[in-house]
Amino acid sequence: MTQDKISLLLDDGRRLDGRELHEIRPITMKSSVLDRADGSCYLTWGNNKIICAVYGPRELHPKHLAKPDRAIVRVEYRLATFSVNERKSPAPRRREYELSKLIKESLDSVLFLEKFPNGTIDVYITVLDADGGTRCAALTAASIALADAGIPMKGFITGCAVGKVADKMVVDLSDVEDKDGQGDMPVAMNYNTGEITLLQCDGEFTTDEVKEGLSLAIRAIGEVYKMQKEAVLAKYTQIEESIDDLGEEEE
Amino acid sequence: MRSEAIVGVLEKQYVTKLLEKGKRSDGRNLLDCRPIQIIPNVIKKAEGSAMVKWGDTVILAGVKAQLGTPFPDTPNDGVITVNAEISPISSPTNESGPPGPRAVELARVVDRGIRESKIIPMKDPKLCVIPGKKVWILFIDVYILDDGGNLFDAAALGAMAALANTRLKRVVIDEDLEEVTLLDEKEPLPRKGSVASLTFAKIKDTIVYDPNLLEDRGKDARFSLAITDKGIVCSMQKGESGVFTEEEFVTLLDQSSSLVTPLLEKIEESSQFPEMNEMYHFDF
Repeated sequence: MTQDKISLLLDDGRRLDGRELHEIRPITMKSSVLDRADGSCYLTWGNNKIICAVYGPRELHPKHLAKPDRAIVRVEYRLATFSVNERKSPAPRRREYELSKLIKESLDSVLFLEKFPNGTIDVYITVLDADGGTRCAALTAASIALADAGIPMKGFITGCAVGKVADKMVVDLSDVEDKDGQGDMPVAMNYNTGEITLLQCDGEFTTDEVKEGLSLAIRAIGEVYKMQKEAVLAKYTQIEESIDDLGEEEE
Repeated sequence: MRSEAIVGVLEKQYVTKLLEKGKRSDGRNLLDCRPIQIIPNVIKKAEGSAMVKWGDTVILAGVKAQLGTPFPDTPNDGVITVNAEISPISSPTNESGPPGPRAVELARVVDRGIRESKIIPMKDPKLCVIPGKKVWILFIDVYILDDGGNLFDAAALGAMAALANTRLKRVVIDEDLEEVTLLDEKEPLPRKGSVASLTFAKIKDTIVYDPNLLEDRGKDARFSLAITDKGIVCSMQKGESGVFTEEEFVTLLDQSSSLVTPLLEKIEESSQFPEMNEMYHFDF
């Protein structure tokens, strides 16, 4: 453990990838990337690459799953076989089932499901390249894809993990920091309302460290949320510009 | 009848009527191919990878390699296996779950094209590390991300392009031929030439190359063949309930060599190893 603590932080106090303790990795987000899906998002977060497609609200099969007063949300979070160090079998593992469930429950809270009785909203997420923090990145991408599909929402869910490395609380763990560090604490929330929709941790934290972690996570989520809004708006800005261009040509 | 089924019938009528006039729904000639883009080396965790955009179709292929035991009947051969995931991401009609017959056929056809072409020399000492004991096992996984028609050719091209930029860790074998050590240093996967797939769809009496989504859904029969850079036909697959005549197959075989050349050129172009700063990046 002692050796790990030393090796995960450089002598100048920076992290192995050169980041400051509270610095998030570079993030890109793009909506409407797929032709067939109703809504989609491609998100890169450091070396993570995530594709998300949303279908619906649509008719639900099999019918016995339908709720007469609202739509259901089905989420499938999967790791591509080649996204991890050792090739993963294509069949989903326990971890993928659990994360799908948590992501679904997070998204439930921002959707007006009562508007679509008997229907379903299907969210399919595939991690194409994984480097730590995929569930938070997946939730962030899913919110963009849902908005892109034109599904009415109360807000976005935005995620970011924090954790403990060399006895210090750090923001947005990389794969190595997650595996060799002292603890990992993913957080996701509706940033506008302050409602926290996902909180997990594994490792060892003092109660003060958990409090510090939460406050760091919320600050980081604020940064990611800004990018999320821009990514959703970008599509409409482009449409607006192309309409303006058309107008000018006619003149 | 469900609404999707009615739309299907109408779509087919539309495509058929256009083809009777010699026209295609996207304005192409019968033997024209849609624009193709290969983006190699896109996945950092994979040993080799490629994204292929083929018209509206988008696929991602990745190669993972691990050392394992050879099959008892081929103790001196490395192992190669292709798996296809027709992800529910790629179209509203795909359901999640284990690969269905459609995905299994796709994977097996792509697999045969590569295997039978023998472009990956399985007995090469780089693949057969310790005969009978340790060989490289190559998993090629193809993910369909956007189904715009002609998954067969796009998946085959992606699998081939991913192999063309695959690099394996160097292996050091001890003197007793028992233990192996993997080095961080990587070297290219041995490869002799390349192979590409051509798919035709028959709709009523007309045959088109590279079917788009409407043609793919409305087709009566499908014919795919894989051809190597030496001009050898190494796999064929006739699919769906419709039928072809002998003359039709002969005509398609005659047309194949001119259609396969641009695909093989694209594979070679994409196999040049890129600059480090261009690696592991793609966009839609």
